[in-house]
Amino acid sequence: MTEVTEATDGARTLLSLVPKAESKQSMKDFKSDQEVRWCPGCGDYAVLAAVQGFMPEFGLAKENIVFVSGIGCSSRFPYYMNTYGMHSIHGRAPAIATGLATSRRDLSVWVVTGDGDALSIGGNHLIHALRRNVNLKILLFNNRIYGLTKGQYSPTSEVGKITKSTPMGSLDAPFNPVSLAIGAEASFVARTVDSDRKHLTEVLRQAADHQGTALVEIYQNCNIFNDGAFEVLKDKDQAQEAVIRLEDGQPIRFGADGAKGVVRNPATGDLEVVPVTTANEAQILVHDARNSSATTAFALSRLADPDTLHHTPIGVFRSVERPVYDTLMADQLDAAIDRSGKGDLGALLTGNDTWTVVG
Amino acid sequence: MTSQVSSPAEQADGAGGAVVGGQRTPESPGGKEVRRLDRVIIRFAGDSGDGMQLTGDRFTSETASFGNDLSTLPNFPAEIRAPAGTLPGVSSFQLHFADHDILTPGDAPNVLVAMNPAALKANIADVPRGADIIINTDEFTKRPMAKVGYATSPLEDGSLDAYNLHPVPLTTLTVEALKDFGLSRKEAERSKNMFALGLLSWMYHRPTGGTESFLRQKFAKKPEIAEANIVAFRAGWNFGETTEDFAVSYEVAPATRAFPTGTYRNISGNLALSYGLVAASQQADLPLYLGSYPITPASDILHELSKHKNFGVRTFQAEDEIAGIGAALGAAFGGALGVTTTSGPGVALKSEAIGLAVSLELPLMIVDIQRGGPSTGLPTKTEQADLLQAMFGRNGEAPVPIVAPRTPADCFDAALDAARIALTYRTPVFLLSDGYLANGSEPWRVPEVADLPDLKVKFATGANHTLADGTEVFWPYKRDPETLARPWAIPGTPGLEHRIGGIEKQDGSGNISYDPANHDLMVRTRQAKVDGIRVPDVDVDDPDGATTLVLGWGSTYGPITAAVRRLRGAGLPIAQAHLRHLNPFPRNLGEVLERYEKVVVPEMNLGQLATLIRAKYLVDAQSYNQVNGMPFKAEQLATVLKEAIDD
Repeated sequence: MTEVTEATDGARTLLSLVPKAESKQSMKDFKSDQEVRWCPGCGDYAVLAAVQGFMPEFGLAKENIVFVSGIGCSSRFPYYMNTYGMHSIHGRAPAIATGLATSRRDLSVWVVTGDGDALSIGGNHLIHALRRNVNLKILLFNNRIYGLTKGQYSPTSEVGKITKSTPMGSLDAPFNPVSLAIGAEASFVARTVDSDRKHLTEVLRQAADHQGTALVEIYQNCNIFNDGAFEVLKDKDQAQEAVIRLEDGQPIRFGADGAKGVVRNPATGDLEVVPVTTANEAQILVHDARNSSATTAFALSRLADPDTLHHTPIGVFRSVERPVYDTLMADQLDAAIDRSGKGDLGALLTGNDTWTVVG
Repeated sequence: MTSQVSSPAEQADGAGGAVVGGQRTPESPGGKEVRRLDRVIIRFAGDSGDGMQLTGDRFTSETASFGNDLSTLPNFPAEIRAPAGTLPGVSSFQLHFADHDILTPGDAPNVLVAMNPAALKANIADVPRGADIIINTDEFTKRPMAKVGYATSPLEDGSLDAYNLHPVPLTTLTVEALKDFGLSRKEAERSKNMFALGLLSWMYHRPTGGTESFLRQKFAKKPEIAEANIVAFRAGWNFGETTEDFAVSYEVAPATRAFPTGTYRNISGNLALSYGLVAASQQADLPLYLGSYPITPASDILHELSKHKNFGVRTFQAEDEIAGIGAALGAAFGGALGVTTTSGPGVALKSEAIGLAVSLELPLMIVDIQRGGPSTGLPTKTEQADLLQAMFGRNGEAPVPIVAPRTPADCFDAALDAARIALTYRTPVFLLSDGYLANGSEPWRVPEVADLPDLKVKFATGANHTLADGTEVFWPYKRDPETLARPWAIPGTPGLEHRIGGIEKQDGSGNISYDPANHDLMVRTRQAKVDGIRVPDVDVDDPDGATTLVLGWGSTYGPITAAVRRLRGAGLPIAQAHLRHLNPFPRNLGEVLERYEKVVVPEMNLGQLATLIRAKYLVDAQSYNQVNGMPFKAEQLATVLKEAIDD
């Protein structure tokens, strides 16, 4: 591995703490010897392939990459990556990864989780990792169903979902993971789709480069218990009208020939979809993921209809820089040494108030 | 004899046994009589807002620097400010100090300082007749007395006739002493605890310089308040010296003969435990990572460790108990000495993560400062009722070693020992302290760093297994044949990339395995690893060839040992053994238990160690239990043990 250079300060230095690969890597280097055991046709395969395909480009020494997961179908992910990995317990991956990332800044730490793992049993850890801005990359596989326990509704399932545990329909309103993350002070929030390898890879690239916690929601098809949940976003004909591709610095337009666009309603301040005309073309919102205010990113996350998924934005909603917890923690250790000198155990144990017993 | 001299039975707490109390010495230069005592028990009691804990801490510090042996028992309500003047709002601090070595904070105070009627009412039952009671008369007015059910004033109705009563208008005297400071009456009144401290410091010839510099430092940003407190403190001292009510002062000589030579300091259990963790990290040459969520009575460890970032100590105040242990475990995966600190309710929340640590076989320290349970229970009171939770409180067969300190200072050594086990055997370890040890304090002989154990570990650096085809590979679950520990291969080590998790693993390779025979093997191997942990044999103290053994664990060491001394002093043979290791038990424990006709197990629970002993060794151990949130009293245990012997 190449020499690690200590970060000085400011942005764009955190990745430099992680050693680079000595030689060129290939996708094969990141495949473990374990047989992949997801159901045939599962969307997880596509995500695994995209991540394994992206890693050589990322270029870090694979021994310095760690995947930590919770429990659920997607959480088997680390077993298939030929990096360090931990398949932990339900919902707790962000907490475990926080301990690892904050104590080892020479590692690139990734969390793999699902909608149940991250938003139900582990909701608390997710929001706190986001607000702290720990240097983690969180891949949230959202299939809107519990797969591993065989088909109960999840915290992202649409209201009225008929499942084994809700034969008369589910009662609870779903979380919108992107809205939740923005509300939890996330510095990077993106959404992508399992079947769109190119888009998925581009989002991974931006997430990997981000300083701090990056949350990537990946719409992922469970072909056994919730097949076709995102079909409207994947079917070519329907997708054109349903998907809004966010591109930083570009007007937010979609539909055939970009016939539709997003504008801010001057009366309410809210965002809405309108047909683009020559009269309103100048008013079409230009996407600014780096806007210091989260207001517009949040409004974008509310555009999608939770039932039909119409007007679902994908891409990077928000990518802003703010202090990273790991760095702050390391800085305090340095500051303490600057102030008091390196700890002297003998002096600590003795303290300032002693007496002596002589023989 | 004066009221200061305790009964012969109580004197037997001291090892030396030389009773010097009551000896008259010539009058002091100030014209007042000075008497020598071998030991004194003082209890400061007042409202939660009266600063009794601070007063007790200061008196303790003065006493420690004077060189007495000492033992303390802070006792306070869970509420930060319970309703003023009520019985539940009473906060007290008991201190036992002596010219010889002592083991407990003492059963019954020789002196009670009662700052208000509630403090008197709540504590009088513990005070033996003839003892000194110093009363703040200013608070004994109609309403405060009525609040706690005094229909008539106990100062006047004769109910305190059996005591040596010192009525002192503490509040008035304090306000008067501070009249030049321009403070409001309310502000001035706050210093009355320092007046009381000054008075007691005079009575017992305590050095005062430490308290004065402490006050200057504590109120460095408010020098006016610092001066006011110092003036109140001196006024209390002068009051003792001049007023006729206090005709006698007392000397308790330093306990020089009781201690081996060395440098000493006073230390509480939580502080000693914190230092033990820092020392373990230094001795292991691993960074310390504490993941913790605030909980009484463990939070002081989080506070203390947060001060020592210049030792490379990382403290992470997590969003909840589970995240606390999760982060510590994550750091351990990365090669840190991972620690989580909590109390019983937190352990319950951490159980699943502890099970994961058992399965991952990573070093991890779980510090449980036990308190009264179940549920929220008694947050500020002590109990030993988490033993079975530590032992069994997880799903599946999930053995975890358990180490328990016996005194406040012993928390240092116990922490090092727990770290040794965690690091050597790659396992989570419970360190079971309790509220009594955590907040109590005693003198501690400061160890030489050079004498501390070497805890260095070797991380895996290369392949450790050859496949049938000759390929060299790394197997994360290939064990050390002696310790059964698996290799600790930390991320960043090239070629050792591996995945671990909570799913059952194949022996050796660590790959997921649902094979029934393999699971059976892994369950038995994890148990064998813990069973095989090397712990020293338990020492038996039995000078007289007794037939009854008293067996304890953890913080009951002080009261049990004091009780044993009393019995032996009275000519009754009794054997004593005290366990530091609860899992695994010392190898010789079964043989020791068999030697005695009777085994008595006193515990601050309903018989948890007794249950384990009976199950493992088929010994008819007799349980003696107390779960009132307070430590045992030596006298009470002596009585119980005598009954067992006589039975």
